[in-house]
Amino acid sequence: MKPRPTVRRRPPAALPPTSGAVTVRAVRRGDLEQVIALDATVTGLEKRSYWERVYRRYGHAPRGEQRWFLVAVAGSEVVGFLIGEVRDWEFGSPPCGWLFAIDIDPRVRQAGIGTRLLSALSEALRAVGVRKLRTLLANDNTLILSFFRSQGMMAAPMIPLEMDLPPAPARGRA
Amino acid sequence: MKLQVNTMLALYSVMEFAADPQRHIPAAEIAEKYGVSSHHLAKVLAELARAGVVESVRGVGGGYRFAANVRRLTLMDVIQLFEDIYSPPRDEHANPVDHALGTVLAEIDQMARATFSSITIATMLRLVQREPQER
Repeated sequence: MKPRPTVRRRPPAALPPTSGAVTVRAVRRGDLEQVIALDATVTGLEKRSYWERVYRRYGHAPRGEQRWFLVAVAGSEVVGFLIGEVRDWEFGSPPCGWLFAIDIDPRVRQAGIGTRLLSALSEALRAVGVRKLRTLLANDNTLILSFFRSQGMMAAPMIPLEMDLPPAPARGRA
Repeated sequence: MKLQVNTMLALYSVMEFAADPQRHIPAAEIAEKYGVSSHHLAKVLAELARAGVVESVRGVGGGYRFAANVRRLTLMDVIQLFEDIYSPPRDEHANPVDHALGTVLAEIDQMARATFSSITIATMLRLVQREPQER
């Protein structure tokens, strides 16, 4: 039997009327449970060990590592997060910012919180001399695609590719 | 890629209405601006009204006005009222070259749909503002 994903229900949020009621700051260890719960709410799947690894890599980035794990906090509640980093010379591309995770609590969307998080990352990237920000999304994720489009993102001059890897053929006995 | 004439007229019209959502715009005004007959445009606007994108306003100063949410209505929502951006279903009797070309064309169509679905009218209004204005 397939294990069912564990989704922890989050208590009702005190809805911030605007993003001005929200603070954007670097993640802390004490935020991680709420980050895991928020991701589980949005994706329907709790990924605790994944988030522990992400926190170790991005929540504790040594100085100069150019990684950011930011949270948006209303009162004591995490209502959004964003993770990004600088990647150098992948496939010949000069150093650029990569945003690979963003989630906003569905109860507080359209309040400008995603924009605040993205602005904070953009500022951090500018401060280290990066002038390009990229991300990658499933082409049916229209909600987040529309958000990035509204922020001015356009298609990058690259094409994501993938292939299925069939199982290796069984080896005959020598 | 090229969109059909009626689709383009619908997109022009939606942009006109969305740029000034409180204003009632007579169909004749848009028809004149884009060089088409009012009769032709009326059919396009009627389809947009049926879909709830615009609503007709009766009486003096009547016309149409925007009735949708600019932050939720996408280019794809408008385009699909007038044409399909879908590859034809696979024809089992077609030759292998047709099958392979069909796979490539389906990939292109999928990209087009994803792009149109991700751009809202609010984003389009911002893109237009970034363009150099006509003299």
